[in-house]
Order: sequence, then structure tokens, then C-alpha cells
Amino acid sequence: MITRSVGPNRRRNEIIWNAVAWIVLLALALPAFWIIMTAFRPNIEINTFPPVWIPQRLTLEAYANMFGLNPEVQQRVAVEAYLRNSLLAAGASTIVAVSLGTLAGYAFARFRFRFHTALFLGIMLSRAVPGVALSLPLFLLFNRAGLTNNVFGLAFVYVAVNIPFTAWLMDGFFRQIPQELTESAYIDGCGHWSAFWRIELPLSLPGLATAAIFAFLAAWNEFQIVSVLARNNAAKTFPPGLFAFTEQFTVDWRGMAAMSVIMMVPAVIFVILVQRNLVSGLTFGAVKG
Amino acid sequence: MLRRKNSDDNDSQERAAHVNRIDAGSFPLLLILPSIAVILLVVAFPLLYSLYVSFTPYELLRPNSLKFTLGKALRNYDKLLNDAIFWRSLGNTIIFLAVSVNLSYVISLALSQLLARVTVGQSILRTLLMVPMMFAPILVGMQFRWFFNANVGLVNNFLISVGLIEAQGQIAWLVDVPLGMITIILASIWMNIPVLTIILLAGTLSLPAETFEAAEVDGASGWQKFRFITFPLLAPFSYIALTIMSLDIARAFDIVRIMTDGGPARRTEMLWTYITRLAIEDTKFGLGSAMSWITVSLSVLFTLYFFRQLVKARIVR
Repeated sequence: MITRSVGPNRRRNEIIWNAVAWIVLLALALPAFWIIMTAFRPNIEINTFPPVWIPQRLTLEAYANMFGLNPEVQQRVAVEAYLRNSLLAAGASTIVAVSLGTLAGYAFARFRFRFHTALFLGIMLSRAVPGVALSLPLFLLFNRAGLTNNVFGLAFVYVAVNIPFTAWLMDGFFRQIPQELTESAYIDGCGHWSAFWRIELPLSLPGLATAAIFAFLAAWNEFQIVSVLARNNAAKTFPPGLFAFTEQFTVDWRGMAAMSVIMMVPAVIFVILVQRNLVSGLTFGAVKG
Repeated sequence: MLRRKNSDDNDSQERAAHVNRIDAGSFPLLLILPSIAVILLVVAFPLLYSLYVSFTPYELLRPNSLKFTLGKALRNYDKLLNDAIFWRSLGNTIIFLAVSVNLSYVISLALSQLLARVTVGQSILRTLLMVPMMFAPILVGMQFRWFFNANVGLVNNFLISVGLIEAQGQIAWLVDVPLGMITIILASIWMNIPVLTIILLAGTLSLPAETFEAAEVDGASGWQKFRFITFPLLAPFSYIALTIMSLDIARAFDIVRIMTDGGPARRTEMLWTYITRLAIEDTKFGLGSAMSWITVSLSVLFTLYFFRQLVKARIVR
């Protein structure tokens, strides 16, 4: 066994690696800090030149304006409507997409059947269709069915958008469960359904939570389809709401930043709760066919 | 998903435990049926309808124009193929995707190698890495539009503060050629980095340590270890990362739409923004649908390519 030299060279390299990593990642996260900070600064600090880099004063003005608590500012942003629609569309679609996608993922992970690969690929490719391309025929069809400007019409579309990734993730999670458990369940006389329902599903709950949050975020952040299907505040969600800021004559950057912070809340929860699970669900298929 | 090709070596025997799927008659098909039904209804059927519309001269404000005439069915495709703006938007899209995907991958690969060596504050750094994931694509576009705004943007303000440019000589980041394109690409790379990096990092950390020890005994340099061991062994992870990115590649539309909306003067026009312009703004649904179909075909081919590579990489391993 050759002992490696743990000399000053190695030590120096380690310090450099660490320093570079910290600098790069702080730079990567910097824009986000700036947005969050902007939401809580007085307008005068944001719009002056030369710029004030370090905040001198923090304020909730932007939120007071947004929710119409400031009598001097007429309310321009229907943030309550966006919040309601975003929660309804993302919430409803997540529940349905995760239920259906989990069943499909289980089938792909555990069973042998005809067209296994073709069906999996077909489901995945449906996800590759750009939203903007899908939004045109959906607009025409929804117009006929009277579903435009309808949150649940939108949620129905998001179910289809979210099924592929849910199936992919759940396929990965189910394959991580040792098969011996299911086999012994079969020996004990369980049917396929009760083996799934009583044994495999409870074991996959962490994965299920990951898939659910992932689906929720995809719907929460979706812009292309909702901007075509929702023409008024009955169905507009946050992303088209944010886009509406840019259509004003003078763009209210602080207002945008303030709304962005509200939009980020579910994503922050996501990052804290499930990052590790997400990686294992996505990459499991890479190492185990 | 894939069939075992050779059953002799240990590795694939180990894998066989996971590939041995159960034969259960029609039960699995029942499980998949609801998903397929929803996708047929919400994706496949509308796409077929849009194929039909693409063969008609349909304009939203002229309801009678949704009429199919066999002799003129291909008129929209013909019009597009002779449309300089179409070719320009196709060219822009290809340049955008080629540069953005490649750079995102290379940067994420470098970042994953860097993170794998970090010894101080691993978990804080990983959380920092996830920060761009908290941003909706539309939000990414909005923030970069603000940062690169010629008059009030941080980037110009910063450059003026440190004396790199004159107070009057602000750079028109979103307007000039090729700066507009570069700025959009920068935004998309920022958005792509987290998912790519965490997948590549997970891959790097899962590699067997013995291989590296053996290479070290043989006196391999750091670069050689990366080039001949880490990089080839990462192939399945690379393709998973690229497949996921290609599935979601059209998210870039949100960025382009809010940053430049294809402008000014179509300098950053891409397939997605041109579809919106034709169909939604000019209400030419026939033409827009033809354009959509060209875009959908390209997206599906792109994804299919990475998927095939992914399957191949898994078999080799």
C-alpha cells in the first residue's frame, strides 16, 4: 500500500478547491438574494443612481401596496385572484396526476407486459411537446367546450402535463423497494392490488411526497398554457400575473420582486424537504436497468 | 425497460434481480390505462386536431376559414418554408439550444467535480446550488431582464461604479447583436445548472472508490482520472440529466418571452415566440399550427435522441 503524501501541496489544493466552490456558488445564488432584498426596500433606494448596494432601511411597503392597504396607491395587481387560482390549479392537478402517475409508475417498475418500453417512451414524449404548441389546439377546443378562463379546465391540462414525470419518478422509487417483500406478500396470498396497496405504496411514501411537490411546482410555475387559456382573473395564475407587470408603461420592479417572493414560497419548501429524494428518484434508473 | 444482453458477468446478474418483472396478465395495463387516457385526451387528441388545423387557412376572426381543401392542404407549410423569418427563428432556436445545452452541461459537470471535493460546508453549498430552482422560468427571465436593463439594470450600474464604462455609455444588453442572444443564453444556463449539477454530483459520489485508488497507484493525474474514469462512468447520469433537460427545454420560451419577446426587430425570434406571434397576436391559427407541428417534431426527435443514448449507456455499464 502506497501512502499518499499529505504534504503542504495537498493541503493548499484543498483550500483552493473550497474557496473556489464557495465563491462560485455564492455568485450563483446572488441574483436571488438581490430579488428578495429588493422586495423589502423603499423604492427610493432602488431607483437612485449611483445605486445603493447595501440596504439602509427595510420596509413592507411593497406588500402594503400589493394588497391594497396603502390608500395612496390604487391596487393594480389582483394578487388574491392569482394566489387562489394558482393554489387551485396546482393543488387539484397534483392530487390527480400523482394518483394516476403512481399507478403507472408501479406498473412500469414491477410488471412485464407487451409494449412496456413503447408505452413508457410514449408517455415521456408527451411531456416533450412544448406548451406553446399544445396551447393553440387547447384554446380552440376549450373555447368550444366553454372551458377557457376556467381554473379546473386548466388543472385538467396540468394533470396530463404532470403524469410523465410522476410516472418516471415513481418507477424509480418503486424499484428501490426490495422485491422480496412483495414476493413474501404473494406467498401469504396477497393479490397484486393488495400487495401494492398494503405493502409497496406505504413504503414509497417519501417518494410520493417528492413526486407530489415536483408536480405542484411544475403547475405553479407553468406559463405558456395558462397565458393562452386564461384571459381574465377568473383563471390567471401567478406567472401570467407577473408577466402583466411588464406590460405597464413603467415597470414596477419592486412590485415584481415582492410578488416573486410570494411565488417562491412553495419552491423553498420543496428544496428544504425533498432535494435528496428527488435525486435518488431521477437517477435510480441510471444504475439499475 | 431494457432487456438484458449478456447474462454471464456478475454485474448483470446483480441487475437481473431488478429486471425480473412479474407477469400479471392485464393488471399492469389497467394501472396504466387512466394515465394513457388523460394523455390521449389532453395531448394526443389536441395535437391531431392542430395537425388538421395546420392544413387549413384558419384565422380566429374568420370562423369560415376552418375548411380543408385537398389541393391547398400544404399551403401553410409552403408559406413557412418560404418565410425568411421562419428560417431565422429556426436558426436562432438551434443556436440557442446548441450553445445553452452544451454550456449548461459543461459548467454543471465542472461544478459537480468541484462540489465533490469540497470539505467545508457541504450542505450549505448544496442549498446554495438549489437556489435557481426556486425560480419559475418566467421569474428567471424577469430578473435577468431587470439586471440587464440598459438604464436601471444592475449590470450596467455595476460597470459604471467600477469605472469600466462611462455613465452615458450604457450597454444595450437586450438590444444589440449578439448581446441579446448571449443574455438570454446566460439566463437559461443559470436556470439549468441546479438539476444538471445535482444529478452529476450524485453520479460522481456513487462511483466506486477502488477504481480511483488503483489509478492513483498507477500514478494517474487528476485530469487523467477525470477523463478516463469519472467522465465515462458518468455517462448514464449525463444522459439522464440531458434527457430531463430536453423534456423541459421549451421552458426557455418563458425566458425569451419576458426578456425580449423575440425582438427587437426579430433579432432573438425563436420558434416558440414566432408561434405566439402568428397564432395568438395575428390570430392565424392555421399557420401557427403548422409552425407548432414543425416545433413538436423537432422537440420529440431531440428527446428521443437523448433517450436512446440513455438506454445505450445503461446497457454498456
